[in-house]
Amino acid sequence: MSFSNRNKAGFLAIELDGAGYENLATAVLAAESAGFHVATFTDGRVPGRANALQRAAFAGPVTRTIAVVPEVDTVYTEPFHISTQLASLDYVSGGRAGWIVTAAESPEAAAAVGRSLVQGEALAQEAAASIEVGRRLWDSWEDDAVIRDVATGRYIDVDKLHYADFETPPDFPGLGYSVKGPSIIPRPLQGQLPVLAAASLVGGGLVPADAVDAVLVSAPTPELLAAEVRDVRARLGASVAVVAELDVVLDSRGEAAAWRSLSAQETGRARFIGSAAGLTDLLDALLKEADGVRLHPAALDVELDELSRVVLPELRRRGSLRPPIQDGTFRELMGLAPAENRYATTASGASK
Amino acid sequence: MTRDIFQPSGQIQFGIFFQGVNSGTIWKTAESGSQTDFESFRRLVQTAERGKFAAFFLGEGLRLREHLGRPHALDVVGRPDAQTMLAALAAVTTNIGLVATQNTTYNDPADLAHRLSSLDLISGGRAAWNIVTTDNAWTGANFRRGGYLDHADRYRHAEAFVETAKRIWDSWETPTGPARRVLHEGQHYTVDVAPLLPRSAQYRPVLFQAGDSPEGRDFAARQADVIFSAHPKFDNAVEFRRDIVARSVAAGRGANAVQIMPASEFILAATDQEAQEKKDWVRSLQIGPQQAIAYLEQFWGRELSSYDPDGPLPEIDPVVEETSETRGSGFHGAKARQLADQWRAEAKDKGLSIRQFVTSKTARVDATFTGSYTAVADHLAEYARVGAVDGFNISPWLVPTGLDDIVNHLVPELQERGVYPTEYRGTTLRENLGLQTPVRSAESVQVP
Repeated sequence: MSFSNRNKAGFLAIELDGAGYENLATAVLAAESAGFHVATFTDGRVPGRANALQRAAFAGPVTRTIAVVPEVDTVYTEPFHISTQLASLDYVSGGRAGWIVTAAESPEAAAAVGRSLVQGEALAQEAAASIEVGRRLWDSWEDDAVIRDVATGRYIDVDKLHYADFETPPDFPGLGYSVKGPSIIPRPLQGQLPVLAAASLVGGGLVPADAVDAVLVSAPTPELLAAEVRDVRARLGASVAVVAELDVVLDSRGEAAAWRSLSAQETGRARFIGSAAGLTDLLDALLKEADGVRLHPAALDVELDELSRVVLPELRRRGSLRPPIQDGTFRELMGLAPAENRYATTASGASK
Repeated sequence: MTRDIFQPSGQIQFGIFFQGVNSGTIWKTAESGSQTDFESFRRLVQTAERGKFAAFFLGEGLRLREHLGRPHALDVVGRPDAQTMLAALAAVTTNIGLVATQNTTYNDPADLAHRLSSLDLISGGRAAWNIVTTDNAWTGANFRRGGYLDHADRYRHAEAFVETAKRIWDSWETPTGPARRVLHEGQHYTVDVAPLLPRSAQYRPVLFQAGDSPEGRDFAARQADVIFSAHPKFDNAVEFRRDIVARSVAAGRGANAVQIMPASEFILAATDQEAQEKKDWVRSLQIGPQQAIAYLEQFWGRELSSYDPDGPLPEIDPVVEETSETRGSGFHGAKARQLADQWRAEAKDKGLSIRQFVTSKTARVDATFTGSYTAVADHLAEYARVGAVDGFNISPWLVPTGLDDIVNHLVPELQERGVYPTEYRGTTLRENLGLQTPVRSAESVQVP
């Protein structure tokens, strides 16, 4: 798998929450033309923040190349709905959708749906269950299930539809549940959407590493980030892509980053404060360790300016960035092989 | 005083209903496109917008229809999630309303209200919610709550749900804040939420409702802006209007407060005769021989493939007393044996084969407008004149080209008659439907 090609060019993602819902088209087009590979949409209970998955869906048809990847919570949302919504996002974006799995430890989110608060390791178990339901439902239609056979009058081949028959494991900490299936939408264009999650949620008794395609890695400072990327990779193995998380505050429009950073919110992520040239060097180094880097700009329009005029062109010149794939899928960008269907009866003979 | 007297607007509007799982959409011809590709949706919604349609509707399915214990193979099946698709369509349209059918039983009120607000804000005030309910455990098998609701409870539950959503949307002191916390403690769920999103350009999503029982009509008269009705035939439409006006006045709302848009199908051509021929062709493709047999199997509860679709109805009896609800919408609860006797007599009486009989049962007889563009336009102008309906919600029998003749030929005829909009009135759905800004619901309203 391509993740082992450590020194190959990587991809860059940008978090677009700063665009809100009013300037979404402008922002995602600017990110795409700047050469970003992935746009992410954060979710969570923040005043004025619209649903991330719908913002990603809106961004889908106005773009051609950039992947659109929303955060979707797994604890207080219905796995059946999540699976269908994400599959639909894949259709409206032409196969450029992904999923950042979150597990909200949020008293507000729990109270809003009248459920008791989920905490600690139980969060990872909720996430693992939702990912498993999502993946089974995506596979519940084989790729060629819609046959439109006029002679027999059959629109679908029912042998190519499958029940997901998911049940939460016996040691499930919360209220156990089951999901029958099949999905109500045919298999997504990518078969399986790439699934991303925070590294802190994955491995060792948490979400199994083979349930996700990539992890998001955070460190307290930019200096520690590369080392953390190496540690996580050692912990989870080569089958999981590693994406480094970085806040950026840049010198821009005559204002020093150090001055601008005073008003930036504390996020717990590594923060780069300085010039575009300095960031270019940092990213160049980071992309040698990580498969990709996700940038969280302090002020989207300000940083996006510097990033598109200075940082990305120079990274491209140095060969640190993967070329964008016109009309490609998110899986292709990530270097993932075509997703096999766990229920497929035809590809590997007649065995079930 | 005029509040209690209904006044016709003299206009009709159109909506389009992209159905998803159904037997009315023809998939067997060369022109039949994908039911899931974004391109199908984009083309239909942009055609509708070119024709100044008020709204684009998407249905919802939460479990695949089944037939004799397996997914039903013969009809169109598989569809995208309504709100996700509509958010994407918001990006490629500017004026048309975007209506998501969403179930009150398998959603949480705070979550659904938030997502509908999101769609409303993303689309610049064009979102609507077509409220539906379900109570069947078979659908519940896909959800954490399972089948938790009794049939008798479903409207009470739905109304508490809608009231809670309205209170979330109404919780803003000013259009941008601050919001009051909304609390609801009821039999089925507890909500404690600080709303996050401000009012949209149309204040809050427009509410559609489709229930037709007396409880459903009262629910709509109390809560809905528009009823997606099942009564398109002129006399029935006038009668339904009378009934809804009475119910909405009784509910303390104005006589014009609730609009009515019946589900309908249009089969049009240059002349009446061509339209009739087209109708036969459409019907033959909607109900093929296998569909005719499968339709009876749904009621007989047994395999009937040895029967000739062009022969008489089966003489054997159904194996079930009451058709199982595990087959999806539309087929549950019928008294099978009684129905079989009745149908055999009816088919024999009219000399109909299985296929002819099923076609007569499944075709939306009342809902179909067949004829030349001018004749149908004249007929619709009469609806507008008396205010029988506010519009029609059209299910195209072909995707994605099914609106082309309506937009290219029928709409201009209606515009010439002065009964159909030539421009959008505004940019929000509420403006385009001519609905009033909602009166803010009282904070004290607490539905148990």
